[in-house]
Amino acid sequence: MTASDVIFYMFSTTVILAGLFTVISRNPVHSVLWLILAFLSSAGLFVMLGAEFVAMLLVIVYVGAVAVLFLFVVMMLDVDFAELKAGMAQYLPLALLIGIVILMQLGMAFGVWQFSEGATDRIAAAAPAASEVHNTKALGLLIYDDYILLFQLAGLILLVAMIGAIVLTLRHRTHVKRQDILRQMYRDPAKALELKDVKPGQGL
Amino acid sequence: MTSADISILLPEIFLAVYAMGALLLAVYTGKDALASKIVWATVAAFVVASFWVAQNGEGTNVAFGGMIIDDAFARFAKVTILLSGAAVLAMSESYMSKRGLLRFEYPILVTLASVGMMVMVSAGDLMALYMGLELQSLALYVVASLRRDSARSTEAGLKYFVLGALSSGLLLYGASLTYGYAGTTLFSGIVDAAGHGELSLGLLFGLVFLITGLAFKVSAVPFHMWTPDVYEGSPTAVTAFFATAPKVAAMGLFARVMFDAFGGVIGDWGQIVALLSVLSMFLGGIAAIGQRNIKRLMAYSSIAHMGFALMGLAAGTIGGVQAMLIYMAIYVTMNIGTFAFILSMERDGEPVTDIGSLNMLSRKEPGKAFAMLVLLFSLAGVPPLVGFFGKFYVLTAAVDAGLAWLAVAGVIASVIGAFYYLRIVFYMYFGEDRDGIDGQMAPAAWVCLMGSAAIMVLGVINLFGVDGFALAAAETLVN
Repeated sequence: MTASDVIFYMFSTTVILAGLFTVISRNPVHSVLWLILAFLSSAGLFVMLGAEFVAMLLVIVYVGAVAVLFLFVVMMLDVDFAELKAGMAQYLPLALLIGIVILMQLGMAFGVWQFSEGATDRIAAAAPAASEVHNTKALGLLIYDDYILLFQLAGLILLVAMIGAIVLTLRHRTHVKRQDILRQMYRDPAKALELKDVKPGQGL
Repeated sequence: MTSADISILLPEIFLAVYAMGALLLAVYTGKDALASKIVWATVAAFVVASFWVAQNGEGTNVAFGGMIIDDAFARFAKVTILLSGAAVLAMSESYMSKRGLLRFEYPILVTLASVGMMVMVSAGDLMALYMGLELQSLALYVVASLRRDSARSTEAGLKYFVLGALSSGLLLYGASLTYGYAGTTLFSGIVDAAGHGELSLGLLFGLVFLITGLAFKVSAVPFHMWTPDVYEGSPTAVTAFFATAPKVAAMGLFARVMFDAFGGVIGDWGQIVALLSVLSMFLGGIAAIGQRNIKRLMAYSSIAHMGFALMGLAAGTIGGVQAMLIYMAIYVTMNIGTFAFILSMERDGEPVTDIGSLNMLSRKEPGKAFAMLVLLFSLAGVPPLVGFFGKFYVLTAAVDAGLAWLAVAGVIASVIGAFYYLRIVFYMYFGEDRDGIDGQMAPAAWVCLMGSAAIMVLGVINLFGVDGFALAAAETLVN
């Protein structure tokens, strides 16, 4: 077992354990923290694959932004997670049974797993060789050149998500005072202010 | 990427640009006051795009390195999707504005969903498939909960979203297994890697997970649980949309993945699809008997109809795909007419969905009742009407492919299913005299109802030539 093997198994075991604890931990804040651990370990796996750009992206975007946002939501929402999870114990035996059956089936499948003829060549052919170009450049070539259509479609999906969030949550409330910056700036000081000459020792 | 690639995709780009333009226009000007005009503009855009798709291009064109395939099959599905979308939008306008639900985002989300459906039916790559599917689904999740003050509608949207996300996860898992085995996401590469005859176990797992995800989208049993709740909770106009265009798109995608990516191993997926088909037909027929809510009833009816369409797919022949396409075109036409009627069901200004409210409708509204009678007979598959020919094509294809047991099961299920359609006819003509519905029908909905009922009668002459187009489409897909 080489050093990289040891590191690989360390990271992958951590991902699986962290994923498990994300689901089963009682305190939702702990769940999010476990999730962050899972993200960090997967970033380690990406580094081992030589995809350092994706690894850094995972750390910056998922750990730095998404998970922290999750943490805020979990802390701010007053949801009784213990009550929500009460149903879990009830369905646990059935879920475990189904899970174990699928796990055994997948185990059987991967026991005899084989690639189709020339699969590794086809996988390698899709991207430029890692030794020739930078990670970032290779990703750029794929995303903005070969897969431009998928990139644009992803943009449309995000647009739909944005429209959806606004449609479902934005309410135009009446009886709410809103800030009108232009009105504030163009307000005439002569009408709003009154200067009084206060004599010393007299007061108003 | 060249201009030739772009020109193949122009109708989709046109609709996407139209949606973004309409969004900007409405946001910066009248907002919801413009909604009605945008609905009609969208109807016009859909009709223009459908003629464009129908006229544009000959034979099979491939764009973006095989990710997009524009062939007769894709064109047939796209025209059906766009025309049914236009019809549903047209008849829903008055319903939505009367209930205060007509927001300008509604037609825009429907347009973006249709762009996703068009990408779905012409996808030639697992990634393009997923992008199209998500674009469609995400827009549909939002319109399902458009009536956000109602707990039912919110529940429908949330349920659809959570279960849809689960099915997308299964689909992605299957896609990644398939990619891992074949080493490519292109359908043309997968079909080479899969070869003929014996399927490798790894690829078989990928195939099964892919079918699971797709079966959820067409709401085939046992992945149908979401359908009745989502159909009942969504605003009726949105339900009408769910029951038509997305079903065609999902069915088209199903056929495309099965034949383009796994065309060499029809025996492996044929039996899974046959099982889905027979379960859907029976559950759709039996579970609807206890339903008195017409929207839930239509949900089970659509499950049963998807079972029949899947029967054509299970045959795995040119005749089978042709039958499936004809069946879908007829199914969509019948559903547009039926939902045009359901949209007009109201009493004292409130929408009603109980089928008991249709008692003795024939005395008050003989024209509407007769149109509904024709549509319901056609949905049940009673011989002289067009709905019978749809079933006939599918059953013939199944028998020709050696699936006689499936055809027999289909006939039995269709007899069971006929009960709940005919019960509505019974209420309309021989029911007890009670307070019924009193709503007026909007002109567009009236045209849809009468038009689709007329098609059910007049179509028996030559099906308006749809079978010819469907045959051409099926020949390009199956080879």
